[in-house]
Amino acid sequence: MQNELDHLVGLAGKGRISRRDFLGRAAALGASAALATTLAGKAFAATPVKGGLLRAGLQGGESTNSLDPALNLSQVTYSFCKQWGEFLVRLTPDNKLVNLIAEEIGASKDAKTWTIKVRDGIEFHNGKTVGAEDVAATIERHADEKSKSGALGILKNIKGVKASGKEVIVSLGDADADFPYLMADYHLVIQPNGGKDNPNAGISAGPYKVTVNQPGVKHGGERFANYWRGDKAGHADQIEIVVINDATARLAALQGGQVHMINRVEPKVVDLVKRIPGVSIENASGKGYYPFNMFCDTAPFDSADLRMALKLAMDRDEMLEKILRGYGSVGNDFPINEAYPLFTALEQRKFDPEKAAALYKKSGHSGSILLRTSDVAFPGAVDAAQLYQQSAAKAGIKIEIKREPGDGYWSEVWNKQPFSLSYWGGRATQDQMYATGYVSTADWNDTRFKNPAFDKMLYAARGELDQDKRKAIYHDMATLMRDEGGLIVPFFNQFIDAAASNKIDGFVKSPIGEMMDGYALAECWLKA
Amino acid sequence: MSTPILRLVAQRIALGILLLLAVSVLIFAGTQILPGDVAQAILGQSATPEALANLREQLGLNDPAWLRYVHWLGGILHGDFGTAQSSGLDIASSIRVRLKNTLFLAACAAIVAVPLAIVLGLIAVRYRNGFVDKLISGLALASTSFPEFFIGYVLIFVFAVHWQIFPSISTVDETTPFLERLQAVVLPATALTLVVLAHMMRMTRAAILNVMQSAYIETAELKGLKPFDIIRKHAFPNAIAPVVNVVMLNLAYLIVGVVVVEVIFVYPGMGQYLVDHVAKRDVPVVQAVGLIFAAVYISLNIVADIAAILANPRLRHPK
Repeated sequence: MQNELDHLVGLAGKGRISRRDFLGRAAALGASAALATTLAGKAFAATPVKGGLLRAGLQGGESTNSLDPALNLSQVTYSFCKQWGEFLVRLTPDNKLVNLIAEEIGASKDAKTWTIKVRDGIEFHNGKTVGAEDVAATIERHADEKSKSGALGILKNIKGVKASGKEVIVSLGDADADFPYLMADYHLVIQPNGGKDNPNAGISAGPYKVTVNQPGVKHGGERFANYWRGDKAGHADQIEIVVINDATARLAALQGGQVHMINRVEPKVVDLVKRIPGVSIENASGKGYYPFNMFCDTAPFDSADLRMALKLAMDRDEMLEKILRGYGSVGNDFPINEAYPLFTALEQRKFDPEKAAALYKKSGHSGSILLRTSDVAFPGAVDAAQLYQQSAAKAGIKIEIKREPGDGYWSEVWNKQPFSLSYWGGRATQDQMYATGYVSTADWNDTRFKNPAFDKMLYAARGELDQDKRKAIYHDMATLMRDEGGLIVPFFNQFIDAAASNKIDGFVKSPIGEMMDGYALAECWLKA
Repeated sequence: MSTPILRLVAQRIALGILLLLAVSVLIFAGTQILPGDVAQAILGQSATPEALANLREQLGLNDPAWLRYVHWLGGILHGDFGTAQSSGLDIASSIRVRLKNTLFLAACAAIVAVPLAIVLGLIAVRYRNGFVDKLISGLALASTSFPEFFIGYVLIFVFAVHWQIFPSISTVDETTPFLERLQAVVLPATALTLVVLAHMMRMTRAAILNVMQSAYIETAELKGLKPFDIIRKHAFPNAIAPVVNVVMLNLAYLIVGVVVVEVIFVYPGMGQYLVDHVAKRDVPVVQAVGLIFAAVYISLNIVADIAAILANPRLRHPK
């Protein structure tokens, strides 16, 4: 039966039979209705329809946005740059690195010199061919010490970039086995001459050419006829992003049929949205997490017993249920989850008020502990602090909550005060995440976790090209972080998007980022 | 027109300009005491110290405050608002588009709201304390008491989601044809109308009722004039000054205070533009928009004052 079914799926993929015929013939072959429907879904999903105008209503756009990918920050610029921009590589929903403009990326044995071979025959929107010089100039621009690029932090290790023929040779200061992953960063849009001539030009080699750029209002593009992989992306003739920062208005626009997809559905309304006919909720677990940060070097958090007591006093399940309505996953006091490559699970830490009480007593601390919070940290952060106050009280620990003003929270409270709530969006790899926030020398070491053994393991893993060995090192690092660190992670969040499933097709959830890692407009299509 | 009136009017205008200058200083001082700085706000949580230092340098944030103020004021006198620090776009041209949108929406709302409010006020006076008066007052007060976002959501739910006759998103741009533009602003203009209606209506009613106590109204009644003619011919002209005042206040509100409605209907007006730039500590834009808003307020108030002067026979015909 399997062969015949495969044949049917093949026919459907080529558009030779209708969905109705497919279901009938699959049933005749003895496939159950459920199996046939699933197969039909896959088979017909594989045939994109070209044409039309696809629109998304997105939160996270301001009239202060610009087209310069170096300044990409909020959700709208993130999504829009994936429509007009083309990258060297990208991460797929199953966490694999796929080559785009890069045909091949290879390392020297010491992982200090990397060679990127640039693919032939890719064209920029201005008609120029993408060459090694453009790639080199792009990396150079973002890695320049004077650059304003959001990618500067992860590119600091680059010591030199040069183009030679079709290849770009990048030399690093320290060995880095993860270098190719860095190239997937959403700031690194390949531009003619690296965008050095005009960073705001909005010209790259992506599936859509920029036609409308009204920051904070809308952005639009029309299909680029010479896009190099037109079979995979760029199905709609035109795409448009409408900036809708109000959650209710966003949902109304989707319901009213003015847009085909929206981002950031609030967890509290997800169950209601599911009941709307023709609308599907697309939620994917991401790398973002909402930590409670303790400074490991500041009293009273310099006591390992107290830190552990505070970790055990966190009721993660309740927190997940009440703050995120279950749309997330519980954390385990280290910043990595299954959305990362080379992840290994550790035993889950549970709420244990008795053990917490014992450790708290052992630490010798008395009096209340001040916790700072603000709704700017993450939606629901004030409620989360109050929930924690209650669960800690069960262990006899008194938490005092101070609600800080949202203005200036990131500059005055976060990374300045010894116990506060925060948000991290996650990074492409474990190495990047640890290097940005948890290595002794990091500027953003917001838990003041300074552990020489941990640092040593991080550098060892970075230069290690054997993936199994790296995985083992990351496992040890995670254990150390979970048990000694100053980080309490109640939960990881989810990206919750919604799509008009009766009008569009091709939506694939991705843990890498919201809206299919930003590719939703380029890779979905309007149903015929 | 006589000299004393001209002098009064000139005085008002001169005062207005002086006030505007004082406001510009206040706006500048206000933007200086906001916590955090532009560079930090532009780069957000993902700012690296290097990127921060580079951006600060580039934006000239290392100059003293008074120097930046003088440069800015000098630019404005030459019609140059400078460029936005965050997006690098020319402020004057960005504002031109946004201001046009804001004025269009305000005009649409005002064309409906002002006559409607005044006529309803007149009707309420004609049937004062009766059923019609109470109905008008009750409905108008109810629509004003609901917060703007609630009215907006109800309109969206009924007209955009349920019946789908008007768009819930009012995004317009320079290429939008007039009729489409009109269709786009129907819902936000309706929301605004409902919000400002009661204030003007109640004021019209109160002002006219005040006049209705006068002896000459009694005379008119005794002459046998129809009640509505009394109100229209004898009472209303003498109540114009307070009515114009409240109308101008509401017009000013329609221009400078509609950010909530703009956000809900995704209308690219001045309010959202200002809020975005306040969040990013983009001082030149905040000052430019603040100054324009102040100018709108001050000039509408001048118009109200002048109207009050002209409507006052004692000032119009001095002895």
